[in-house]
Amino acid sequence: MASITYAEAIAQALRHALELDERVVVFGNFFGGITEHQRHFNALGSDYPDRVLVPPWSEMGNCGLGTGAASVGMRPVVDLVTGSFVFQAYPQVVNEAANIEYMGGGQTKVPVVFHMLTGIREAGAAQHSHTPQAMLWNTPGLMLSLPATPADAYGLLMHALLECEQPTAYFSHPVLFDETEEIDDWEAARVPPGTARITRDGADVTIVATSIMVSRAQRAAATLAERSIDCEIVDLRTLVPYDGDTVLASVARTGRVVVADECHRSAGVAAEIIARITERAADRLRAAPRRVCTPDVPVPFSPPLERAVIPDEDKIVQAVLEVTR
Amino acid sequence: MDTTPLLEGYRRMLRIRRFEERLLMLAAAGHVTGHFHIYIGQEATAAAALLPGEPGDVIYTNHRNHGHLIARGGDPHRMYAEILGRRTGYCGGRGGSIHIAAADIGVPHTSGSVGGSIPQAAGAAFALTRLRPGSIVICFFGDGTFEEGAIFEAINTIAKWKLPILLVCENNGLDAPAAPGSFPTSATAAERLTDIPAAFSIPSVTIDGADLSGQLNLFQTLVEQIRAGGGPRFVETSTVRWPGSRPLWPQLIGGPFQTAWIGGEEPPGEVAQWTRESDPLVLAAGALDLAAIDELDAAVITEMADAAEQALADEWPSPESALVLTGQPDGIVA
Repeated sequence: MASITYAEAIAQALRHALELDERVVVFGNFFGGITEHQRHFNALGSDYPDRVLVPPWSEMGNCGLGTGAASVGMRPVVDLVTGSFVFQAYPQVVNEAANIEYMGGGQTKVPVVFHMLTGIREAGAAQHSHTPQAMLWNTPGLMLSLPATPADAYGLLMHALLECEQPTAYFSHPVLFDETEEIDDWEAARVPPGTARITRDGADVTIVATSIMVSRAQRAAATLAERSIDCEIVDLRTLVPYDGDTVLASVARTGRVVVADECHRSAGVAAEIIARITERAADRLRAAPRRVCTPDVPVPFSPPLERAVIPDEDKIVQAVLEVTR
Repeated sequence: MDTTPLLEGYRRMLRIRRFEERLLMLAAAGHVTGHFHIYIGQEATAAAALLPGEPGDVIYTNHRNHGHLIARGGDPHRMYAEILGRRTGYCGGRGGSIHIAAADIGVPHTSGSVGGSIPQAAGAAFALTRLRPGSIVICFFGDGTFEEGAIFEAINTIAKWKLPILLVCENNGLDAPAAPGSFPTSATAAERLTDIPAAFSIPSVTIDGADLSGQLNLFQTLVEQIRAGGGPRFVETSTVRWPGSRPLWPQLIGGPFQTAWIGGEEPPGEVAQWTRESDPLVLAAGALDLAAIDELDAAVITEMADAAEQALADEWPSPESALVLTGQPDGIVA
């Protein structure tokens, strides 16, 4: 069995997509950031010098490059490096790429991928720690992928690069880079987006989680099992498309729900998911839902301050105890 | 002298002028929702810059796009229908005047946001080097774009990668009449707009935007250079703003253009000076046969009147189609 890290899986998806479709082109190649995993991406750049290009340090310009190239028939991925840098690129991501297909009446499709290394990553402070998925979920026209595992990091990126016809915001998480998974059959990892996965069956409470929060939920569930609380975990994998059926079916079974996402709390991903659940299944809820998110402060730098705001497994445990009390 | 390109250029200019005049009549009659921007006075640039265009080329335009689309071969009926919000419009009524895209003639998307299109034009030019070598991008924008950061990011990449793109900056603010409602022109500390792309080593020139024959020659030469792999070129065209161009609600002051004004008949007072000194339709006509112009003009006036009438009679899009996010909603005829 081959043990693959999350970072290697992203590099492998880029490599396979470059092999399979000559329309794939990579603008920017700092997917691994300042981690040692960047070596996988450096190798990719050496192997595909004409198709893995390093444009100037221009987030708006580069997202426009990808959007324009996609508009006339290529399948580009733009590496925004840190997710917080998407704010420099908002005009092209939000006001251009996301609008083009709809505003043009379907004349032009824009299959571009915007890669963002997101989340609280250790010492990123307020300007390198954003999780912009809620802000981008508020933008119709974008697909949103938040892989939590190496296999999904591969599968969701392959889908976005080779099959998706809409612009995709793809959120990786540096804290997940070292996570490993046995992957022998890459083809089997190519799951369609919009299919949430139940990563743990349980009868007492549903934890809906995204990205880094899935593994934190798993650790929380192990702790809670010692207290005889049986958690079911739903890994959404993509926010757009959103697999409401899997979420609602789980909530219908357990009657209790905690939503865990690393965004800031107000108008965040967890808020939206709880709204969707209560709109359609309020009568199935036996306790008020709870959310586990980053509190509404900029992410601080100092280790104890940063730890204080991370929505970790202890906070998930507390939330589950509140809904099961 | 071979007047064939000149006459073809003039025909395109007339079609743009008569399209815009008919639109102003529709607006005056209350048919147009929202604001719109008029290309009157700048026709020679669209006509000349797009004459050397090939079918595989890609065009990016802006909020003031009607002239570029007409010159590129856009269908006036589908343009009016889009401006009027009808289901038969190029975008099914979803874009309106400032966002008309026409993928079938190489206009994949039209951004109404200043500076919105230039980064994409760079991306499209990159794509053409891989998908259709020899094809180029022609990108139009206004002088105000130099107040946005996007153009600096884009021209840096365009220059570094020597992308096949013709950048056409239409400076329509020079000597704007200081009448009530006139625009301020662009605010940039650069004394010459051409200094900016030149600083990125992009060959840059300025030309009179009302001069059809001069622009025909210039654009023909530049397009050949770009197609041959010469990298990007920048042109600033300067025109004098047409007096009817108001900030948001332009008006057909002075009435429709009269070919008699070419022969020396005095235009109405409010447009007289502009017509004599700055109207490209008057300035370019000298080398052409007036009877040939009149013949062309009669056909163009009828064409635009028919297209507008047809669009006015077209159906509105169905309200349900507003919720179709991807793909083509009902009624899109592309």
